[in-house]
Amino acid sequence: MLANQIGYYSLILGLLLSVLLCGVSIKDFNKTNKQINQNILSLSFLQLVFVIVSFLSLIVSFINSDFSNETVFNNSHTTKPLFYKISGTWGNHEGSLLLWLLVLTLFIFLFLIKSREQPKKYRILTLLFQQIIIIGFFLFVLITSNPFNYLFPIPNEGLGLNPILQDPALAIHPPILYLGYVGTSIIFSSSLAAVTQNYVTKEWGQHIKKWVLVSWIFLTIGIMLGSIWAYYELGWGGFWFWDPVENVSLMPWLTLTALLHCIVVLERRASLTSWAVVLSITTFTLSMCGTFLVRSGILNSVHTFANDPARGIFILIFLFALIVLSLGIFFIFHKENNKSSNNFFWLSRETSILINNWFMMYFLAVVLIGTVYPIFLDVISSEKISVGPPFYQKLIVPFLIPFLLFMSLGPRLKWIKSKIENKNSLIITFIISVMLTFFIIKNLTADLLFYTVLISAAFFLFFTTLKELFIKKFNNISQTVSHFGFSLLILSILFNSILSSEIITNIKIGERYDYNKGEIFFKKIEERNESNFNSIIASFEIKDKNGKTIELKPEIRIYNQPIIITSEADIRTTLLEDKFLVMNLVKGNEYFNIRYQVKPFMVWIWISVLLLSLGGLMSLFKREI
Amino acid sequence: MYGKKVKLRFIFLALILASVILTVFLVLQSLKENVVYFQSPSEIKSLIELNKKKIRVGGMVKEQSIFIDSDKVNFVITDFKNEINIVYTGAVPNLFAEGKGVVAEGFLKDKNYFTATKILAKHDENYMPPEVKEALGDK
Repeated sequence: MLANQIGYYSLILGLLLSVLLCGVSIKDFNKTNKQINQNILSLSFLQLVFVIVSFLSLIVSFINSDFSNETVFNNSHTTKPLFYKISGTWGNHEGSLLLWLLVLTLFIFLFLIKSREQPKKYRILTLLFQQIIIIGFFLFVLITSNPFNYLFPIPNEGLGLNPILQDPALAIHPPILYLGYVGTSIIFSSSLAAVTQNYVTKEWGQHIKKWVLVSWIFLTIGIMLGSIWAYYELGWGGFWFWDPVENVSLMPWLTLTALLHCIVVLERRASLTSWAVVLSITTFTLSMCGTFLVRSGILNSVHTFANDPARGIFILIFLFALIVLSLGIFFIFHKENNKSSNNFFWLSRETSILINNWFMMYFLAVVLIGTVYPIFLDVISSEKISVGPPFYQKLIVPFLIPFLLFMSLGPRLKWIKSKIENKNSLIITFIISVMLTFFIIKNLTADLLFYTVLISAAFFLFFTTLKELFIKKFNNISQTVSHFGFSLLILSILFNSILSSEIITNIKIGERYDYNKGEIFFKKIEERNESNFNSIIASFEIKDKNGKTIELKPEIRIYNQPIIITSEADIRTTLLEDKFLVMNLVKGNEYFNIRYQVKPFMVWIWISVLLLSLGGLMSLFKREI
Repeated sequence: MYGKKVKLRFIFLALILASVILTVFLVLQSLKENVVYFQSPSEIKSLIELNKKKIRVGGMVKEQSIFIDSDKVNFVITDFKNEINIVYTGAVPNLFAEGKGVVAEGFLKDKNYFTATKILAKHDENYMPPEVKEALGDK
């Protein structure tokens, strides 16, 4: 009860502070002092504190199962384990918006601390733009999705959290993803501020690069966590389904990656200024669009909580206002910087980065159209369609070939004008890649020509970056690590999809099922009762063709509040392959439906994504060391 | 006649234009091939020509219509006006049950028989795919 009130009033105080902050910073803007008024920093800190207090009090309500709070009532239950009571705080619409606010205020505070060497007016303007976003979200939370609504009479028991969300990976997925997703707001605000101050320069590039990196690292890891969760929880054995909800997280990632490369040109050569600003604006806009699509209930998924049209309309108007504001500022204030020489030659680092950006934009266009087109068609012709994985695969996979080749050659070029050095060793590496691929592919039943070319390109990147790691030990190691991670990612995804095998069958207890490579024996089932679910645990013995037997114990959980049945896959992970078994129950039937998959190199997909972000991390800390 | 810079700009723009056109063309082309339409049993009944392409059918699983043996699942999807028989080999989602909403993806054999290649999973028992809701006419 008390926590409820504290949380609510902290939010209102936070909103008032936003208004106050705007007032103080506008007053401070025209003063001649070199540093910004110390009060601004304190106020910003205070605002952060209020949002934290509000967030903590929601957590407290969840821990205490305080069902006088509507959000807690809708999403919690007394029998839920403590860990999931806490993670339930952001596992719903209201709480997750509070997390948005928390990240927004946290980032602007950190920005103010970390940008002391930057021009004063630029810092104040960044703060102002960020406060506009913050005010928008405060209003959004308070008007349409207040997490502290009262319920009277107080119910005895809550409705419970969707069981598929009760999972360790999914408990930390939202906070991590949000740090990346919402983190892009600071890039948006500061790029607008930089445009108005005509400060899109090398110095700005160096300073904003850190923020781009931070968002990028968190976004990468956040997407990976969601993907890991989908892999073992949804029971399809895949890790990426080209589901619209996944796509909306991938789109900002693509623009952010493009921005990261573009910033490198900006900080060295002070060119591509307009492009950097456009990318910054686009990235945040895409994050907001994602929130709109997911929250408004237009896209259906596990992320769609109780739908309320008012919420969708609010975000849409807010989004529209932000786009108009940012484009207006861009066109009015932006001047092309002609001081530095903008010309560069075809064969140079700049061109290769531009090529990267072109590919990123192409991938973005594909994903964007695939995601938005069905919605669009539904609105204008009420025809229902869905765009499946083949669409994306067909349009993206072939373009990976030139992309990978450019990625192997690009970083070896020098700025402004360059020649390809060590041609011979490159050619040798290339020949080795092709031969290696050919020998691997020859023994497989796959489309020979296409995969040979594709995998050769991936191996080429793999070997060139690997060589770089050993030869030029510390020269631009972060970039090499990331690119190496990317080549490993592509290789493991490709081999994973070519070599995966799957068996689906209906089976009774005690039955054996023979398939061409082995045998599945359904030994027994056991029942077990937990606090918030009953589970059926099955034991299967799986014999592969070498006669080696493993035992897998997939589980079916029947949650009591709300009553939902989930399947927990049992996965045996080794460095070489994952063995994945999931079973389903068909009501009133003695058959169990099982799906057994062998997925080679699965764990390498996660490892390579970690390597990719490790590269980002190394770049982030490079100058401090 | 023109400076080198202008020429370079021009080539650059032409390249961008060319790649944009290529992108649009490619995307539209594969959209045409890879889009899956959603139809209700009644819409299928009123088809004049059978489509060879992959479609989705949605509605309710009819009561007492699920039959399972060791390699396939048979059931009937209804929108309370018309029905269609579904034959499916593969894993069914947990919430697949009689009297619940369902979406099946696959190919039409004729107007009464549908071979499903995928049954779409739902995440909770109250959730109804919007297409199914519409197909059932807000029941």
